[in-house]
Amino acid sequence: MPELAPDDIGLADSALGWMGAYLHVPFCARVCPYCDFAVVAGAEETAGRYVDALIAEIERSQDQGPVHALHIGGGTPSRLSAQALVRMVDAVATRFGLTDNAEVSLEVNPEDWTPALAEGLAARFDRVSFGAQSFDPTVLDYLGRRHSPADVERAVSLARAAGFRSVNLDLIFGAPVESLHSWERTLASALGLGPDHLSCYALTVERGTALSRAVAAGSPAPNPDAQADAYETACSMTAAAGLRRYEVSNFARPGHAARYNLLTWAGGDYYAFGNAAHRHRQGRRGWNLRRLDAYLVAIEAGNSPEAGREFPDREAERLYLGLRRVAGARIGEAAARLLASPEGQRLTSAGVLAVQGERLVVLRPLLTDEVSRALLGPTAGSGSLSAGVSVALAPNR
Amino acid sequence: MTETSRIRNFSIIAHIDHGKSTLADRLLEHAGAVSPREMREQVLDSMDLERERGITIKAQAVRINYRRPGGGTYLLNLIDTPGHVDFSYEVSRSLAAVEGAILLVDATQGVEAQTLANAYLAIEAGLEMIPVVNKIDMAAAEPERVAAQVAAVLGIAPSEVLAVSAKTGQGVPELFEAIVERLPPPEGSATAPLRALVFDSYYDSYRGVVCYIRVKDGEIATGDRIRFMEGELTDQVDEVGVLSPRPIQVGSLGPGESGYLITGIKEIQKIRVGDTVTRFDRPAGQPLPGYREPKSMVFSGLFPTDGDDFGRLREALDKLKLNDASLSFVPENSRALGFGFRCGFLGLLHMDIVRERLEREHDLELVATAPSVAFRAITSGGTLEIRSPQDLPEGGQLLAVEEPYVRVMVISPTEYLGTVMELAQQRRGELGKLTYITPERVEIDYQLPLSEVVFDFFDQLKSRTRGFASMDYEPAGYRPSDLVRVDILLNSIPVDAFSTIVHRDKAFNYGKVMVTRLRALIPRQLFDIPIQAAIGGRIIARETVKAKRKDVLAKCYGGDISRKRKLLERQKEGKKRMKMLGMVEVPQEAFITALRIDQE
Repeated sequence: MPELAPDDIGLADSALGWMGAYLHVPFCARVCPYCDFAVVAGAEETAGRYVDALIAEIERSQDQGPVHALHIGGGTPSRLSAQALVRMVDAVATRFGLTDNAEVSLEVNPEDWTPALAEGLAARFDRVSFGAQSFDPTVLDYLGRRHSPADVERAVSLARAAGFRSVNLDLIFGAPVESLHSWERTLASALGLGPDHLSCYALTVERGTALSRAVAAGSPAPNPDAQADAYETACSMTAAAGLRRYEVSNFARPGHAARYNLLTWAGGDYYAFGNAAHRHRQGRRGWNLRRLDAYLVAIEAGNSPEAGREFPDREAERLYLGLRRVAGARIGEAAARLLASPEGQRLTSAGVLAVQGERLVVLRPLLTDEVSRALLGPTAGSGSLSAGVSVALAPNR
Repeated sequence: MTETSRIRNFSIIAHIDHGKSTLADRLLEHAGAVSPREMREQVLDSMDLERERGITIKAQAVRINYRRPGGGTYLLNLIDTPGHVDFSYEVSRSLAAVEGAILLVDATQGVEAQTLANAYLAIEAGLEMIPVVNKIDMAAAEPERVAAQVAAVLGIAPSEVLAVSAKTGQGVPELFEAIVERLPPPEGSATAPLRALVFDSYYDSYRGVVCYIRVKDGEIATGDRIRFMEGELTDQVDEVGVLSPRPIQVGSLGPGESGYLITGIKEIQKIRVGDTVTRFDRPAGQPLPGYREPKSMVFSGLFPTDGDDFGRLREALDKLKLNDASLSFVPENSRALGFGFRCGFLGLLHMDIVRERLEREHDLELVATAPSVAFRAITSGGTLEIRSPQDLPEGGQLLAVEEPYVRVMVISPTEYLGTVMELAQQRRGELGKLTYITPERVEIDYQLPLSEVVFDFFDQLKSRTRGFASMDYEPAGYRPSDLVRVDILLNSIPVDAFSTIVHRDKAFNYGKVMVTRLRALIPRQLFDIPIQAAIGGRIIARETVKAKRKDVLAKCYGGDISRKRKLLERQKEGKKRMKMLGMVEVPQEAFITALRIDQE
């Protein structure tokens, strides 16, 4: 693949034609206070059973089509052995096939990343994403992370030495204990390691997490204005380091936009395996049983692990997801209606929304949800997402 | 028909909480009007709200058949009266239907402001009074001391004051005897043309308008053709009856008797409380003297939060009006709140009650604008009554603004005299007379602007005197005053619902409070929103809702799409409850919360 700019319009749109695969690994050494994903701590004795179940799910799949982008996320995939992770990739390759130059990536906690793991994975994976989160020990401690800044440096050099094509660092900004100065140092440290890709996420208080209970009990919540300052700092510092923003929270060098992410924002299709994993095929969104034990029981009994599915409005979803990208989305009927509505005019006059050629773009990414919500109601007419049909067989969380 | 010499019509008048309803219950029970099984506490307080708040709002009439121990049966009509400072109008109309009154005073509390106010109303109405000290069963009761107070106030001998316990029934037989012996029987001629006073009415969904009447002269019977003299309305009597306390149909009512009257009339507006009923074929020459028309003291806009409910609000107000002559309303249009009604109330309690009944009994969700009194604008073209801040003329044609004053009578233990005076002074009060009722109790007279009294004066008085002071008030004319309209501007556009007329000295405070409250209530939006308070063109206070800077989901990957979309949809749903004022989205709750007056 040529070294396309991460926000390239052609790249963004062609992602719709790719096929993705998501493999979920629910295991974590411990649960971070802000995390609301489907994770379990200290259940690694079931890891072997789980990998078998996940591979069984892959083998049983009736779907067809080679995979352009495979992603193993979690949880913490690096809690599994290199051998188990390779088996999972091989199962996908055998069942569906991988395209030439397919992106095969996984999420890794820096403290798990040993030379053996790096070398064991390098033959099958070309991209690794490290959960660095911060380079400030106070912030790492607040976030419940076990690694040190030095672990991240070591992990990145090991990945480079093992020959990974693309290295990403995940960062979290805007914890109440983090000053703007501390965030600048975190960014400088991260950029100093020369990553190909950087994801910068605002710390979010999700329902049902330890963080949300702490905030409800009076501990300070993240300040949205401080987070806005931090975000703007991230935009300018990454740009100066040669990384380009291509989505609300994602920055990359040319040729390093994450393909698995691009295809989800383009509304593309992806397989999904493992507990709580979400799949998409031609407007049908389905999700697996969230609980690990329920998932294992279903698979081992030869039943479908799918817990629910829905058929949301594709046009509204195309805009809601597409507008998160710098490349924006082609203007369709729903977008034209939005632009003509008072709501759309308010967004345009506030400089949030703009038309560039045949595309609608969000110029102030920090206010993207204002646009998303405007697309969800009557102003968007038939483009309402809520018009979709949802069938939940069991709670998905 | 009962001979008038065997009839006694009376009311019980008392300060709130002095035990009026309990005494009424006891009288009914002793006379066997209500069986113990039926005896619910406070039979007469029939509305839920009255029961909950422990106060009587509406007058009611019940008939008690009393057998004297020495022989002879008497017919006692008890006409109940409301017991709150807001409702003295209702008291006076009940008193027009009776010849005597029981003046009830709590033996643990002593004479209070409403005791006096009601006693004066009774004296004005020419009624015979039986002073009664209640709650003598209580440990803290001081019946002798309180009896002496009552006697001093009324100018009678302490021995004329009866002592009862409405709770235990002690002293009640003596009270029955006093009613028969001391209260005069009604005067009136059975042969004269019919004259009956309509002293209350209500709307019944099955029967139409039900009038409570007191027959002065003549007789009214089922089938009679009758005429409402002032309303110039003629109809036939479908039913007359008495309340015992359940309605019991009787063939006719004669002089001195009270009861209910049902005709074919279905529209409550057609019946004027205070009207005189006479016979169509043999009309009386003169109607009975009416009584003081109720006057709205406090005005507020009531708006349905859902504009589609305007019609239902109108119907609900019409229904309440059937029962409540003191409620007035005219349609009002607010740019901020849409269509609603400017309503007039007797006071803030009355306003609260009406609002609660509208919300509870009629299932309406309402926004009420800041209550205001009726000001007068003197203009080159004449005098205008200003019931809504929007009506205040601007600029050159406005010569002066006047505000209503009231005479406030406070009765307090002497130790709180300084406290009471301080409060009245803060409210622009002018001290009138100071009278020591006893060495420990003082009556303090003030002239105060009504606007300073109606809102929280009573609550303040209660809390600052730890509940020991009581008050009543009466209108005392209009006076010129330095009044200004304070407007609240959102993004430079005035929001009519927040405008108010206040004294210039209080304008800054009102403006500051409102802009501060609104800043906290209005969510951040795409641009800075100035919130200003202004008098005319001059800005007196300002706050800014800063533009929102961040409103975006940090992550939205394959597993997040469905969940995050639902979150956004929920947020969108929340936005529907916003009202657009110009470019500004204002949550419905902002109107309700910002206009709440009890949060100084």
